Amino acid sequence: MSRKLTMIQAITEAMDQKLAQDPRVMLLGEDIGINGGVFRATEGLMEKYGADRVVDTPLAEAGIIGSAIGLAMNGMIPVVEIQFLAFIYPGFEQIVSHAARMRYRTRGQFEVPMVIRTPYGAGIRGPELHSESVESYFAHTPGLRVVAPSNPYDAKGLLIAAMEDRDPVLFLEPTRLYRAFKEEVPEEMYRVPIGKAKVVSEGEDVTIFAWGAMLREALQAAKRIEQEHGWKCEVVDLRTLYPLDRDTIISSVKKTGRAIVVHEAHRTAGLGAEIVSLINDEALVYLKAPVKRVTGFDIPVPQFSVEDAYLPTVERVQHGIMETISF
Amino acid sequence: MMVYSENLKPSFDEITESPDMLQVLSEQGDLLASVEGKINETLMLQMYEKMLLVRLFDRKSVNLQRQGRMGTYAPFEGQEASQVGSALALAPEDWMFPTYRDHAAAIVHGQELFRIFLYWMGHVEGSICPEGKRIMPPCVPIATQMVHAVGTAWASKRKGEKTASIAYFGDGATSEGDFHEALNFAGVFKTPTIFFCQNNGYAISVPFEKQSASKTIAQRAAAYDIPGVRVDGNDIFAVYIAVKDAVERGLRGEGPTLIEAITFRYGAHTTADDPKKYRDQERLSQEWREKRDPMARLQTLLQKKGIWNEKLEEQWLMQMNEQIDLHLEKAEGYPKADPVGMFEHVYAEMPWNIREQQEECRSFFQKDVRLP
Repeated sequence: MSRKLTMIQAITEAMDQKLAQDPRVMLLGEDIGINGGVFRATEGLMEKYGADRVVDTPLAEAGIIGSAIGLAMNGMIPVVEIQFLAFIYPGFEQIVSHAARMRYRTRGQFEVPMVIRTPYGAGIRGPELHSESVESYFAHTPGLRVVAPSNPYDAKGLLIAAMEDRDPVLFLEPTRLYRAFKEEVPEEMYRVPIGKAKVVSEGEDVTIFAWGAMLREALQAAKRIEQEHGWKCEVVDLRTLYPLDRDTIISSVKKTGRAIVVHEAHRTAGLGAEIVSLINDEALVYLKAPVKRVTGFDIPVPQFSVEDAYLPTVERVQHGIMETISF
Repeated sequence: MMVYSENLKPSFDEITESPDMLQVLSEQGDLLASVEGKINETLMLQMYEKMLLVRLFDRKSVNLQRQGRMGTYAPFEGQEASQVGSALALAPEDWMFPTYRDHAAAIVHGQELFRIFLYWMGHVEGSICPEGKRIMPPCVPIATQMVHAVGTAWASKRKGEKTASIAYFGDGATSEGDFHEALNFAGVFKTPTIFFCQNNGYAISVPFEKQSASKTIAQRAAAYDIPGVRVDGNDIFAVYIAVKDAVERGLRGEGPTLIEAITFRYGAHTTADDPKKYRDQERLSQEWREKRDPMARLQTLLQKKGIWNEKLEEQWLMQMNEQIDLHLEKAEGYPKADPVGMFEHVYAEMPWNIREQQEECRSFFQKDVRLP
């Protein structure tokens, strides 16, 4: 059975089902209990599973993430909510220096099976520091997995997979898509494997790599390019940002010979650069044009009156595709 | 050490069981201690006038958000005495580090109303303060600005300036590491920093008793051997006196002070929040309005003194509404942020990548990009 859910509903359902199935699962975060989370991702879960499993913590991200590490090492499966990605920084040290390294330092003796969920990205007219897309900080951290779904189906399946993963997973939820659309989501539990990208639409002429909220821009640009110019774009949703799905990336580029990467993060040292490198390493001779990056600019994500100018638009993606095609 | 007043009065028992709290002006508008030599009638009127102005501004802002003329907004109604009283106790050159809920303090310290409108309208120029002022942009992350107020005060001290720094924060902030680091640094380096906590009882939805096992926030000062003062945050006299004392102590070289002002936000955390989800909003908000409002008690006192009447209030209301409307007009008529401008001020000198991206953005903005 399936029914139509928004992404936020799919996320809630994933946590609900894991809480029901596995007594080790605990949710921790600010305002996630009686308030149900600032985006209502944990709505109703405290009432259902009790305040000692769905825990309103003090306002302290280092405290939340650090204690979640201890909980995870001692047999629990903590699922942490950080209210916005830009509020994660007090907990950054805990993530980078501890969560990501515990297995390595103890040569596998201890592990940290935890999930950190957090909304990210611009486009919601949010106040300052509510719109960042800094996935690179984390994709640069060996020991972490970084996941970013673009639709309700993947969100549920990836979150369940994340909660069952033996390593710490940063689960990035595109704020703009929380309630943007509904789609069929199976009622039962299922997994979308971490580390697997998805070819969303097939094409022969150019590959567009995107994730999270940028998928919509990518798909729309692909549609327009086909309508206006007849070129067929292959759109690949990376879904997992670390580790990258090398096979899917490379086989698509070998087929199309052209590629662009779209992300809302800043361009310099953004994940696009890594993808370009990977293509250079593995498929250089197949390329008919340099791989293009269409990204957020190298400036702080600005106040919302100009955020639309900061974000890659369909127009900019289209332009990037055509530049690649007409190289 | 705790600094206690002779006029401690148990109150607001639902926030904490600990009754030790400085109160000077009672809820009924009675003076519980002499304020002679500290607060004269001119200042009393000024306090009232400022609270009235910022309350009108706050209500206007909530309405503007509802009308879609402003983005998400963080209202402060109910906390006027804490913000206005503390800001009035500062000298014009003192450094101020407000949070996103402290526009009242910023206004009193010299921030212009239209800037605050611009800020919440998402304009890139909403955080500029008037020339010569030291009003920092509203701090969005929690407690992180507190350490900055240590640094600015430290520099003032090193330069031999008689300038204090004040950091505003809420009860939730006291759980963050930066809160403790700030208190400790300020204690070690004896900086003239005032840590001004508005304990409004809730960090969004989490009540203080769940935030901490400490009964009070002021008692945290003891751990760092700095003075901790607990005041009725809806009593503008108590707030003013406590902050004034703290500034003087700091400028005498005696170091920082932690002040906990007990107050309540009548409304939501922000316009995106629904307080009915987590508290008995109607009852609480009504109770505080009726029994503990920061303006009502001062109004009563001023009336008893014969320096306030309804006619004066009406006159003020008219003037202030006009003033607010003028600033709103200025904000709404302010040149729309040019996307190209968002590339400015990232660095003192623009590096090549940003310059190129600015050009790229300009060409899209001016629609002169031709698809090949």
